[in-house]
Amino acid sequence: MIKNTAAQMSSALEKGETTSVELTKIHLDRIADVDQKVKAFLHVDGESALKQAAAVDADRASGKKLGPLAGIPLALKDVLAQEGVPTTAGSKILQGWKPPYDSTVVAKLKAAGVVILGKTNMDEFAMGSSTENSGYGPTFNPWDLTRTPGGSSGGSAAAVSAFEAPLAIGSDTGGSIRQPAALTGIVGVRPTYGAVSRYGLIAYSSSLDQAGPFGRTVLDTAMLHAVIAGHDPKDATSINAPVPAVVAAAKSGDVKGLKIGVIKQLQGDGYQTGVQARFSESLDILASLGAQIVQVDCPSFEYALAAYYLIAPSECSSNLARFDAMRYGLRTGEVDGASAETVMNATREAGFGREVKRRIILGTYALSSGYYDAYYGSAQKIRTLIIEDYKKAFTQADVLVSPTSPITAFKIGEKSEDPIAMYLADVATIPVNLAGICGMSLPAGLADEDNLPVGFQIMAPAMQDQRLYQVGAALEAALVSKWGGHLISKAPALGGAR
Amino acid sequence: MSSLSRDEVAKLAALARIEMSEAELVSLSSQFGSILDAVARVQELNLDGVKATSHPQPLENIFREDVVLPSLTPDQALSGAPAQEDQRFRVPQILGEAE
Amino acid sequence: MALSYDDVIAKYEPVLGLEVHVELNTESKMFCSCSTTFGGEPNTQTCPVCLALPGALPVVNAQAIESTIKIGLALNCQIAPRSRFARKNYFYPDMPKNFQISQYDEPICFDGYVDVEIDTEEGPKQFRIEIERVHMEEDTGKSLHVGGATGRIHGAEYSLLDYNRAGIPLVEIVTKIVPGTGKYAPEVAKAYVAELRDILRGLKVSDVKMEQGSLRCDANVSLRLIGSAVLGTRSETKNVNSLRSVERAIRGEMIRHAELLNEGKKVKQETRHFQEDTGLTRSGRSKEQAEDYRYFPEPDLVPVAPAPAWIEELRAQQPERPSLRRKRLKEQWAVPDKEMAAMINADALDIVEETVLLGADPTKARTWWLGEISRIANEKEIALTDLTISPKDVAEIVALVAAGELTDKLARQVVEGVIAGEGTPSEVVAKRGIKVVNDDGALMAAIEKVCAEQSETADKVRNGLIPAAGALIGAVMKETKGQADAARVRELLLGHLGQPSN
Repeated sequence: MIKNTAAQMSSALEKGETTSVELTKIHLDRIADVDQKVKAFLHVDGESALKQAAAVDADRASGKKLGPLAGIPLALKDVLAQEGVPTTAGSKILQGWKPPYDSTVVAKLKAAGVVILGKTNMDEFAMGSSTENSGYGPTFNPWDLTRTPGGSSGGSAAAVSAFEAPLAIGSDTGGSIRQPAALTGIVGVRPTYGAVSRYGLIAYSSSLDQAGPFGRTVLDTAMLHAVIAGHDPKDATSINAPVPAVVAAAKSGDVKGLKIGVIKQLQGDGYQTGVQARFSESLDILASLGAQIVQVDCPSFEYALAAYYLIAPSECSSNLARFDAMRYGLRTGEVDGASAETVMNATREAGFGREVKRRIILGTYALSSGYYDAYYGSAQKIRTLIIEDYKKAFTQADVLVSPTSPITAFKIGEKSEDPIAMYLADVATIPVNLAGICGMSLPAGLADEDNLPVGFQIMAPAMQDQRLYQVGAALEAALVSKWGGHLISKAPALGGAR
Repeated sequence: MSSLSRDEVAKLAALARIEMSEAELVSLSSQFGSILDAVARVQELNLDGVKATSHPQPLENIFREDVVLPSLTPDQALSGAPAQEDQRFRVPQILGEAE
Repeated sequence: MALSYDDVIAKYEPVLGLEVHVELNTESKMFCSCSTTFGGEPNTQTCPVCLALPGALPVVNAQAIESTIKIGLALNCQIAPRSRFARKNYFYPDMPKNFQISQYDEPICFDGYVDVEIDTEEGPKQFRIEIERVHMEEDTGKSLHVGGATGRIHGAEYSLLDYNRAGIPLVEIVTKIVPGTGKYAPEVAKAYVAELRDILRGLKVSDVKMEQGSLRCDANVSLRLIGSAVLGTRSETKNVNSLRSVERAIRGEMIRHAELLNEGKKVKQETRHFQEDTGLTRSGRSKEQAEDYRYFPEPDLVPVAPAPAWIEELRAQQPERPSLRRKRLKEQWAVPDKEMAAMINADALDIVEETVLLGADPTKARTWWLGEISRIANEKEIALTDLTISPKDVAEIVALVAAGELTDKLARQVVEGVIAGEGTPSEVVAKRGIKVVNDDGALMAAIEKVCAEQSETADKVRNGLIPAAGALIGAVMKETKGQADAARVRELLLGHLGQPSN
């Protein structure tokens, strides 16, 4: 049961073959069994999950019309505020903080009857690509426990990959959903900027952040996407337009006649052999399904990483200013006669991890007088060029594709002393964020050299998220039939599986 | 090769209200050279006449009606307070003047 | 030895710059739906947004935009076809996000002017104050400093924060530098703030109560030698919270600067705080280094691009300019210069006009408000408008006097009663029995007096010769200076003399 897809669980619930309480219990048991190894969760609230599940079962018994995901368990990235439940964004500075409000994503999940099992580990304030920057220790990749699951939504990806939850929510500022999805062999989507409300999503970089779904299949991911997307008046950057028909697209999965553009700049040097091999193979499959493969040129992408590592730190230096020991969270350094200023300084020193401090300092520098134009200002202009590159590319192709990550899952500790090497993990995912468009990563197989999952990235124009699912579903179906099952079924057992 | 001295890092840390240890200042200063080199690539292109993008979607005029909705209760508002007194957030003495 | 003001202006020319912060009177805050009501219990008007809880996002109040555009139009400004919010980054415990959402290089209104007029020895003189920009931002919370002697920030042991005010919409109105006011600088500044206040009140966009902080002025002052083109170093004086203080603060700073300059010292560019009690400014604690606010476009808010049609609609709705209105009312009401000035000084123009619009004679309305009612307000040390008596009450009193139902003297008692909270004028009259007891008493006194003086005639009436009463009634009317009601006099007189009254 635990290895079923969310869609299968949904149909079992509808047919009365199982209950939400039972589904919740088996996932809580699975968490109890494997999470000491995976460390996907920061907080599991079994009691309230079971209560929520029982309420959904009661509603179902009373004949109430329920949504397709009612009663399905889910893992929530700890970056989203959930009323009364510890919410830390992976940071010590927020240890023990319980929000007095629900984020819009959580409100939508609750309204849809989705059962929230707990909060998942992440790089502190979503800054990182390995989940090693969590203030609460790393998460381990279920495919190889000596490796990272990617990040920053590593906890959510690992939870889905390890069958601790069929679905999860992550957030993607520079690739933080797609890259861990790639590294853990599951599906992850970063929706169009503005498609999912950011209200209650603890901000890292406001103009780049976007919450999105994880699932083990394209259809599951689409079902979750449909639940969390939609206009929210509490987010001024939320798009007021109907949610694209992602579920229908995931069910159709037809690519005949579709033009698929391969981005010249997102391949070649720096991309692992096995990653390139799986990517080409997937292109061949898409071509065999009737898609037309074209090459597109996006010359400004070469500068995307540089622009990202100015824009995101700049915004974060301001967004994280509120963590000051005055109203909530950690307060330290309150010795006799200490001033508010001293306490702020001491608390921010003690509460923030190394990478967060590094980015705050970088952002403070990039915005400071005398440097603004050269750094932040130039980065915003590069952003314009990247948007223009995409616009042009989308006149030549319906979707664009690339490997999601240039490399497969890396060893824990391998890159943590080299920030630049770590930043390169996002080189293929960052352009999507800068342009505010949408992207998906789905499993393309295992790299021959290390037997680790490779992600295939699909990109579509803003509010054309359904195209991701259309192409993703087509590729997934072909690959699954080739492999004789989903890639995730090849993941090691982790012991303790029931 | 860009660089940022220990003192420059200290100044930024003060601006960002982070009390960094000497070791941290020195180590950050040594890392900043390569980080700045990486990000300074944004200056390689001629960007004259290129507009800056601050918002990825071209939205404008997103307002809300001037309507009062219920606030948090004071208990909720103060629920995370490290210290409180008389329904107010209690903070250590403030040194600087307000703006 | 302290310099005199005359010494200062003989040698130096002051250059002003004024920044006025106005709290808008919207129902809800600038970026969230919390109430803006003044004086609520601490932290009862807060939410995730204005407390800057992690994850919360701002959304702009449409009414605040409209009010700001109205202000810009009233100040003859250009309205930007596209403007943006920016973050002003600095840490301070009363500011929950540790950045203020403000506007930086793209304010919503810019390039305007206000004409003000002041009285001088050479007669009325006009000055044009040019407006650099009008932009939107948000207010901070309030801190209460505990411990230490005075409740001030210095020497306090700790502070208590109330965020009810955090996020209330503020509009900042910034002038360009104002040269050329010479010795009139303090008066011009005061007149400018007063004119702004009147304009804002006329627009109904703010309560404009300086004492409650809904209108606050920061005054930048610098001096240069007369004839010099080079600007001097300026000081910025904050906390200037009354019209009188604007004048005093600027005068004080001019003298302080001149003393420094005369001694060959430099004026420090700094923030100073005005002290209401002494009329002097004191230096703010200087910062270790100049603040670097690291402004950048607020990514959580999208640009504001008001449609030209909307701007024109708002332009068409602009109320009469206060200076024109004053001129018109002065003519309509035939008010002498001195009285007009008194009325403006006392801030009574609106209430007098309202009273007149309710039917009262302009002179009577003015006399009541500036006379008896002002006297009581002064006694109570509160503003005229904060008394419980309304223009409607005064109009009613004026009408009662005109109808002969109250004398001026009695009307004063009614005014007192209304202010004491005893109800409307007619309720006060009824409750206090003013008309009945006092009138009849006065009439009876007059009747008794007349009957004693003309005892023969009175006896005739006592004996049933009713027509003889006419002479007595006439005498009573004369005694009461014609203000008595003749029918009532007849009734009382006949009763007094034991005769049926009909």
